[in-house]
Amino acid sequence: MKVRGRNIFLIPYMLWIIIFVISPILLVVYYSFLDLDGNFTLSNYQTFFTPVYLKMTLNSFWYAFLITAFSLLIAYPTAYLLTKTKYKQLWLLLIILPSWINLLLKAYAFLGIFGTYGFANAMLEVFGIGKKQILFTDFSFIFVSVYIFIPFMILPIFNAIDKLNPSLIDASRDLGSSAWMTFRRVVFPLTIDGVKSGCQVVFIPALSLFMLTRLIAGNRVITLGTAVEQHFLVTQNWGMGATIAVFLIIIMVLIMFLTGNRKRGVL
Amino acid sequence: MSNQAIIRFEKVTKQYDEDPPVLNDVSFEMERGRFYTLLGPSGCGKTTILRLIAGLIEPTSGKIYIDGKLVNDVPANKRQVNTVFQDYALFPHLNVFENVAFGLRIKKLKKEEIKQKVREALRFVNLEGYENREIKEMSGGQRQRVAIARAIVNEPEVLLLDEPLSALDLKLRTEMQYELRELQQRLGITFVFVTHDQEEALAMSDEIFVLNNGVIQQRGTPTDIYDEPINRFVANFIGESNILKGRMIQDYLVEFAGKQFTCVDGGFNPNETVEIVIRPEDLEITPPEKGKIQVKVDSQLFRGVHYEICCYDQQGTEWIIHTTKKVNVGDDIGLYFEPEAIHVMRIGETEEEFDARLEAYHEQGVANEG
Ligand SMILES: Nc1ncnc2c1ncn2[C@@H]1O[C@H](COP(=O)(O)OP(=O)(O)O)[C@@H](O)[C@H]1O
Ligand SMILES: [Mg+2]
Repeated sequence: MKVRGRNIFLIPYMLWIIIFVISPILLVVYYSFLDLDGNFTLSNYQTFFTPVYLKMTLNSFWYAFLITAFSLLIAYPTAYLLTKTKYKQLWLLLIILPSWINLLLKAYAFLGIFGTYGFANAMLEVFGIGKKQILFTDFSFIFVSVYIFIPFMILPIFNAIDKLNPSLIDASRDLGSSAWMTFRRVVFPLTIDGVKSGCQVVFIPALSLFMLTRLIAGNRVITLGTAVEQHFLVTQNWGMGATIAVFLIIIMVLIMFLTGNRKRGVL
Repeated sequence: MSNQAIIRFEKVTKQYDEDPPVLNDVSFEMERGRFYTLLGPSGCGKTTILRLIAGLIEPTSGKIYIDGKLVNDVPANKRQVNTVFQDYALFPHLNVFENVAFGLRIKKLKKEEIKQKVREALRFVNLEGYENREIKEMSGGQRQRVAIARAIVNEPEVLLLDEPLSALDLKLRTEMQYELRELQQRLGITFVFVTHDQEEALAMSDEIFVLNNGVIQQRGTPTDIYDEPINRFVANFIGESNILKGRMIQDYLVEFAGKQFTCVDGGFNPNETVEIVIRPEDLEITPPEKGKIQVKVDSQLFRGVHYEICCYDQQGTEWIIHTTKKVNVGDDIGLYFEPEAIHVMRIGETEEEFDARLEAYHEQGVANEG
């Protein structure tokens, strides 16, 4: 009776999953086996293992790694300080707020800021350094990406640190640890799950970024995401685009699996 | 100097923001190798004293000495003191062995030495063979032992215990009371034990500090405090009491409940208004004509070991009696008590004044006899 009742409530959820998750994945896989004329082929997969695409994969990984690493480097101390402030929920909200604004709007804003006549260059002039090419560099690409992803990194880390029992820190001090030792041996290990979740939600989308690569990096950075977009919208080679998408999905599943949270009881 | 106080507080005050002080001008000394208990109701500042000793917080004013050295500026990790926290604060990401080894690893001892010390500490608390257990697999009582092992493995001079037994059930708690007392005697170090349970304090301590509102109300051995409470708060907090208004006619003669009684107290002004404490177990039930006071039984509760009987005398004053005799509700009974059972308290007397009066009065007594 109870079980049956619960099954009824599951139906909308199941329908959602089937229509919007499972069938698109099946479609992607199906398209990945078609050539330009719509015939069955394995050549897309062969193409993927050519140096051009492998290099692109490596590139994607490298940039996603950089974006994740810088996000983490900034987010961890920020989250830590946030938990120590008086109105922490309010501060958290303020930090999360920008993530509700459309990504394109933010990208265009940076076009203005980093442009030749933008605010950044104006500041460089003031300090006597002179105008620099900021837009369309690795720096601007990573800077803007980090800016966009950082709220997603802060949120899970903030939650993990906030959940930490403060008497564990007292205990560590009491047993002779310096502040750094306490961080290394108690605080960090107990918030690692938050760090993992944060890395997941940053690394995976960063792997398939494409709008920013064109707007901010001026197509100097070609990632797998860019390649998918190009194949679908420009070269119309849906088969190859789908194949790259298949690999992206496989990589995502692998990452989720590797960074999967082993639940630990926090006393 | 080994008989020097191990812990000394000199006029220590702790205040948070604009709140009234949590501790107010507290001074005390603790000797080496004794079992001290801080006893008081929740919120009276017990944990605050422990945290001040451990160095986890700093006093607003006053001086704290450990082993004769001023430690106000010494951080927690540099003090020869370890704590068993109220919620145990065991590290959930480490197993039992690593929890106990935590302090030794910080000190960078050799692997073999760590292994040996941890094993020894676990044997001390009867947890041999539990090294590889996760903390969440341990019961409440076992966790508490791990917390103790984790503290004593560092061989501190002082062990601070913050209500370590409050989370345990009654039977285990009584068992652990014995074990802790024994542990203290085996280790020979100073224990500062915090509790809000007066029976626990009376059972375990060499010396008890009774606290209320951030002030030490009274300090002394369990029997001192039980037999000679200095004020209404202590009398009420340590066991049940009948507290009555009275008048000290002269030395050894006091008036209460409309009658005069001989007693053993002195050193008061003639006709001074005082408070009288009579413990419920010092009252003996007699036939009405044989009692010093006549009362009517109002209610009776069975408390397991004894009956708790509530009576009223002619003036309407309530009397609580603990006895193994059964009576009937509505009976008229008499109450008998020895002169020694009457404890006379001066109203609003501080601990120092109490001590001074007792001393002066004893000297006088000796002089009179001689
Ligand atoms: N960090 C703090 N900020 C403000 N007040 C505090 C703080 N820590 C403790 N207090 C207050 O100090 C008082 C004594 O606390 P505590 O020593 O923990 O009492 P106990 O251990 O006797 O129950 C309480 O009223 C508590 O609210
Ligand atoms: Mg407390």
